[in-house]
Amino acid sequence: MPGLAIEIENLTKEYPFGFLHLKKKTSLEGLNMQVQTGEVFGFIGPNGAGKSTTIKLLMGLIFPTAGDARILSKPISDVEMHREIGYLPEQPYFYDYLTAAEVLDYFARFHDLTAADRKERVERMLKKVGLETARKIQLRKYSKGMLQRVGLAQAILHDPKVVILDEPMSGLDPVGRREVRDIILELKKDGKTVMFSTHILSDAEMLCDRVGVIVGGKLRGVGAPGTLVDMKTQGMEILFELAGTSNAPLVAKATCTGDRYRLQVAEEELYNAIEQLRAAGARILSVSQVKASLEEFFMNLVAADRAQASAVEVSGK
Amino acid sequence: MRRAGVVAWNTFREAVRDRVLYNLVFFALLMMAAAIAVGQISIGIEQTVIVSLGLSAISVIGLLISVFIGVALVSKELDKRTLYALLAKPVRRWEFLLGKFAGLVLTLAVNTAAMAVGLLLVMIYVKHTLERSDASVLVAVYFILLKLALIVALALLFSCFTTPLLAILFTVGLYVVGLYVLELRNLPAEVMSPAAAAFTRGLSYLLPNFENFNVMALAAHGRAVPGALILQNTMYTVIYCAMVLTAAAAVFSRKNLK
Repeated sequence: MPGLAIEIENLTKEYPFGFLHLKKKTSLEGLNMQVQTGEVFGFIGPNGAGKSTTIKLLMGLIFPTAGDARILSKPISDVEMHREIGYLPEQPYFYDYLTAAEVLDYFARFHDLTAADRKERVERMLKKVGLETARKIQLRKYSKGMLQRVGLAQAILHDPKVVILDEPMSGLDPVGRREVRDIILELKKDGKTVMFSTHILSDAEMLCDRVGVIVGGKLRGVGAPGTLVDMKTQGMEILFELAGTSNAPLVAKATCTGDRYRLQVAEEELYNAIEQLRAAGARILSVSQVKASLEEFFMNLVAADRAQASAVEVSGK
Repeated sequence: MRRAGVVAWNTFREAVRDRVLYNLVFFALLMMAAAIAVGQISIGIEQTVIVSLGLSAISVIGLLISVFIGVALVSKELDKRTLYALLAKPVRRWEFLLGKFAGLVLTLAVNTAAMAVGLLLVMIYVKHTLERSDASVLVAVYFILLKLALIVALALLFSCFTTPLLAILFTVGLYVVGLYVLELRNLPAEVMSPAAAAFTRGLSYLLPNFENFNVMALAAHGRAVPGALILQNTMYTVIYCAMVLTAAAAVFSRKNLK
């Protein structure tokens, strides 16, 4: 069994606010999570869910109110452990007076690399992220997508064992996203552990061995994208045609596309629904199982969280 | 330390690419105008006028750079979030601060040295020679550089825990107060209670003493600066900067980056 690359125990982050900093806002509440060595782990959630807070805590950019975390069995307070970690910040911004080659060389100098090794790696990374032709242009002239590529290059430049990417697809066009996906898969092939946050669920479904869903600062589920969804919602879809019109309640519930209707029902209501539809004059074309996508699972959690937040607000009044 | 050196070199490179050293053009023009004017308006006191003007310009220009860029050293990295990727490397926060400090002091040293060369050239132009006593001008320039290093350290400390605007105000305020430290220390004891007298005296030792760095009058008149003062000011700057930077590192090491 592979070891753990990232271990998070009861990690909590509260931010004081108000005039005297007496009030507290909880950004992350008792997070417990593990990322296995060699896996691609997706950390998904809406904006403000606590994804970036978790990543910043792991990178030592902010400090936890409670709890602890370890990366490669070393505490996150150990700066030397950063030799083995690559990090891409959300919406990265680098020294705009430097060129891409210079900024990569600058970051490479913090690792124990010889001048020749630095030069070779910088060239290789620029090629890998498709910036070799723009290597001598100052970053102030770079687009958001190009900066994202520089950010990715500096994250993997020193061949880290663990790569943590905060919204790596953000700001990229479809080609750029495809390239980032390929880089993540390549890292996995090389045995690296990759943890990345995203709200683009298709990327998570496509790339991740496991995902963790975080909403409202709390972890709502962890598992392989398929199992996570299967556990939650399943249903049946009936596709049918209707000669003429019908006032049957189930027909009214169905979605009409052209001359065909689609109706989703719970598994246990399937036969009853078919009978009602046939009685209303419908011709059943097909019945299929509906597997909820990760997106639906995610949206259900977000909706539940918002409903809970509204309820608390109302009761508070 | 090697990592602090990497940060320092990049800070120097940033200053050069952001055209900070363009102030040298202004200084050169000022000194050229002074050299032409001094021959016509001052008879026999050319050295005094040129040296006073030159040292004042070096001090004011250095002061502006050290306060404004000193405060921006950390706040700009925080605002633009360039610090995130850097601190994800094996770099300690105090190494980052030390590197930033050293980088700006290096910039100021290059800038001040270039202006000192300009001042000496104008002195040669006006006097047609340089004398041994003119070495005191170089000592005065060295003291200005020490003063600027202290200001950078203070600016860095304030920028670690407050907004850039307040950090500028605090730094300038402390500089102004530091020019009158000896007056504060020597306040007549009879006008206040013993406790207040002890407090002001203690405060006068705690506040940075910028008064000792001013040897412009000696340099302008070609008088030698005592060797003991050179040693004292050097030691004072090193120790005071170390204390201020330690405080800055203590604050910054606990800071949550937004």
